[in-house]
Amino acid sequence: MSTITRKKGVGAVLWDYLTTVDHKKIAHLYLIAGGLFFLLGGLEALFIRIQLAKPNNDFLVGGLYNEVLTMHGTTMIFLAAMPLLFAFMNAVVPLQIGARDVAFPYLNALGFWMFFFGGLFLNCSWFLGGAPDAGWTSYASLSLASKAHHGIDFYTLGLQISGFGTIMGAVNFLVTIINMRAPGMTFMRMPMFTWATFVTSALILFAFPPLTVGLIFMMMDRLFGGNFFNPAAGGNTIIWEHLFWIFGHPEVYILILPSFGIFSEIFATFSRKRLFGYSSMVFATVLIAFFGFMVWAHHMFTVGMGPVANAIFAVATMAIAVPTGVKIFNWLFTMWGGSIKFTTPMYYAVAFIPSFVMGGVTGVMLSAAAADYQYHDSYFVVAHFHYVIVGGVVFALLAGAHYWWPKMFGRMLNETLGKISFWLFFIGFHLTFFIQHFLGLTGMPRRVFTYLPNQGWETGNLVSTIGAFFMAAATVILLINIVITTAKGEKVAGDAWGDGRTLEWAIASPPPVYNFAQTPLVRGLDAFWIEKMEGKKELTPAEPLGDIHMPNSSFLPFVTAFGLFVAAFGFTYHNDAQWGLPVGILGLLITFGSMFLRSVIDDHGFHIHKEEVLELEKKEANA
Amino acid sequence: MKKGLRNWRLFSLFGMMALLLAGCGKPFLSTLQPAGEVADMQYSLMLLSTSIMVLVIIVVAIIFVYVVIRFRRRKGEENKIPKQVEGSHKLEIIWTVIPIILLLILAVPTVLATFKLADVKAMNVKKRDKDAVVVNVRANLYWWEFEYPDYGIITSQDLVVPTNEKVYFNLSASDVKHSFWIPAVGGKMDTNTDNKNQFWLVFDQKATDKAGGIFYGKCAELCGPSHALMDFKVRPLPRDQFDAWVKKMQNAKKPVVTDPVAKQGEAIFNKSCIGCHAVTPLDKRPAQARTAPNLANFGDRERIAGILEHNEENLKKWLRNPARVKPGNKMSGTYGHLTEEQIDALAKYLMSLKVE
Repeated sequence: MSTITRKKGVGAVLWDYLTTVDHKKIAHLYLIAGGLFFLLGGLEALFIRIQLAKPNNDFLVGGLYNEVLTMHGTTMIFLAAMPLLFAFMNAVVPLQIGARDVAFPYLNALGFWMFFFGGLFLNCSWFLGGAPDAGWTSYASLSLASKAHHGIDFYTLGLQISGFGTIMGAVNFLVTIINMRAPGMTFMRMPMFTWATFVTSALILFAFPPLTVGLIFMMMDRLFGGNFFNPAAGGNTIIWEHLFWIFGHPEVYILILPSFGIFSEIFATFSRKRLFGYSSMVFATVLIAFFGFMVWAHHMFTVGMGPVANAIFAVATMAIAVPTGVKIFNWLFTMWGGSIKFTTPMYYAVAFIPSFVMGGVTGVMLSAAAADYQYHDSYFVVAHFHYVIVGGVVFALLAGAHYWWPKMFGRMLNETLGKISFWLFFIGFHLTFFIQHFLGLTGMPRRVFTYLPNQGWETGNLVSTIGAFFMAAATVILLINIVITTAKGEKVAGDAWGDGRTLEWAIASPPPVYNFAQTPLVRGLDAFWIEKMEGKKELTPAEPLGDIHMPNSSFLPFVTAFGLFVAAFGFTYHNDAQWGLPVGILGLLITFGSMFLRSVIDDHGFHIHKEEVLELEKKEANA
Repeated sequence: MKKGLRNWRLFSLFGMMALLLAGCGKPFLSTLQPAGEVADMQYSLMLLSTSIMVLVIIVVAIIFVYVVIRFRRRKGEENKIPKQVEGSHKLEIIWTVIPIILLLILAVPTVLATFKLADVKAMNVKKRDKDAVVVNVRANLYWWEFEYPDYGIITSQDLVVPTNEKVYFNLSASDVKHSFWIPAVGGKMDTNTDNKNQFWLVFDQKATDKAGGIFYGKCAELCGPSHALMDFKVRPLPRDQFDAWVKKMQNAKKPVVTDPVAKQGEAIFNKSCIGCHAVTPLDKRPAQARTAPNLANFGDRERIAGILEHNEENLKKWLRNPARVKPGNKMSGTYGHLTEEQIDALAKYLMSLKVE
């Protein structure tokens, strides 16, 4: 396949990606877009740390600091972490279940472009007056009071658009995993990462609608004269907090469960052992997801809900520690008795255990409602959630990137550079965030743009800033590694690490456009490992070789999402400018028009004929 | 030799102690140096949860280190295939049950403390005990108002309370959501725009002395550009001194100004400032009309604008351009341009506003 792509010009490659419905290419798109937003969010984090390096600093003052802090959080959660996880889900899940693509390839592309245009719209705010400045939580009273510019409108509309994309992705994965597993792959034979994707998709399906409702209320209040959050007119701002956290807490699990899935794959692969306690891992994942919906109010202990609600939510929150602990011990015992190979992904996976346990135990501490009155909205919380999200999710993203890079691109990332960047990141991470626990305990509130001297916070903040630069250096080295690898990386075989256990390692790297020439027959957990142990090099096919049906590329997903992007501009400015309303309507017409075209144009896809498949397979075998 | 060793040990012990104490922060600000019943309760809950969690960390760390060292793939083991273990019911039950027990140990005191901290019955009974001190806290964009409904007095920025007894608070916000937090004395509670929250705190006398007589208060909820600068100060006094302070506040008449420069300042004040700022603690206007801090005891305050050292120079700096000190504040642009001379007079007048 790579020889074919190389012959194309830049324009053709670009057009290919703009119109693709192939899950592997959509994975590339998610990886590139999510990666760019990750760099942007990281830059914002650096600015934050520079401002806080010393007391009374004037690098970013007041409102501008609040914009950077809001965009750091929003970008990292919605535009970096989730899309990057979606990149791996897209790249890997269809392969892991032995499918040729996701259930709805067109919807998959539409989901990506929705996310992309939503994120783009949100970031346009930087150039159009100012970015949102009420925190990623955008609590209602403050965001309604933020009237100096349209920042919050970019937040409500941008997140609505990207949220559509996320829900589409989730529905797609649910349907794919339920319907498109290869013969023999029962639910309890699915790889852990596929399980995590499945449960996460269910979480998204139920968690995103409350956010969407909240965002629509907010949009109504700000742009269309609504009063949902205006107490003077009978509204209530606390409703926003509930809606936000009914989404917001499951969101944490939407990020961490796939991360757990990635680590489960890596631990098993590089310990050369079956995942210890597979069925209890599955059960723990489902249980965490279930509990995840019953604990949102622990973000609101100080709101004044009263002792009954606080006590119930405190105990419910503590309960989540149990299945999470089960997972930690299962990973440890996966390595126990194994033959551990310390590759870069395994470095991240191993480092994840102590880092995440730190974040987990502070989570239990935070769940003790009465004590949380002290921790809440202090730097202790900042330390806690960065331990969970960086020590858990970002480590997983970096581990996953190194682990699946050869599968996605056919070339191995440089291991030496990978390990250097790991050490820098690991040291920088703990340097930045460990000390923040103590900053919080000694009274430093979060989201402050500055602090006065002589409050005992100088050293801690300076150390934290130094740590941030370590992480920045690690990221730069990772980028260099990617450039070097892309230019002249070592090409790899299908089973790139030699210890692959799941189906994705049974086919070429990168996989051919149809993934599996013949749908494989799955005979147990770790299907590829089973075949290898029986001395076979390939999977047992479940069907004879035949013509393969493929979906056609389409530019319509791009246009559909672009329409909403245009509409969002129109509606944002419809109160200030004459052109607002017509542009908004024009945008909606573009979107609904392209949806109409999609409905009326018959698209039966095409077939790759048996002979072509054979030829492609032969070429791969020779390469 | 042996003596040298002991000295070294002693030295390192002191070193550790110093580090630990430095890690506990400032006595006027740190949750780790609790200065009252509420903070005490929360501190012991922190200690309990931390010790349980350290236990967990130790167990995980031991297994972790052992596994990572013991089961490395060594040279010559390139082709080793370990036994594929499915799991172990016994182990899985152990690491499900033990955490549940540990969590129960934490859950019981948590629930008890949560209920105790929410017990505000004493402030809501029809005939409130005369000695029970109730303070209405109203949070505003970057300043705090403290109203004592039982005494009919209002002050702002500096909260004065009696020590060694429960002080009850009604908390609300007049513009956006804020959060009322005195870290050394107890956890925070939000001041909402929709409803009134209630809680109580105790200010310990000994801890107050240790902290130098003043505790730092903070806004803990992002509320706008100057959220970081929305500080207040707490001055706990022994009961008799507190009563005396209340008396003085109640008897404070309209300030009598004698100094000619201050007199000039008063005239400017009455022209440009009095619409928002009151200069007597007995402000009878409704809360919505009190759009700026009460300045009756401005001369007694701890800080200018809640953050700058309390002197005339800083006051002038504030008056010249409040936005430079607190971006996004509501005073900027409300009083027109003042000449340097006018600012001097105004500062003189404001500094003379004293009750004590």
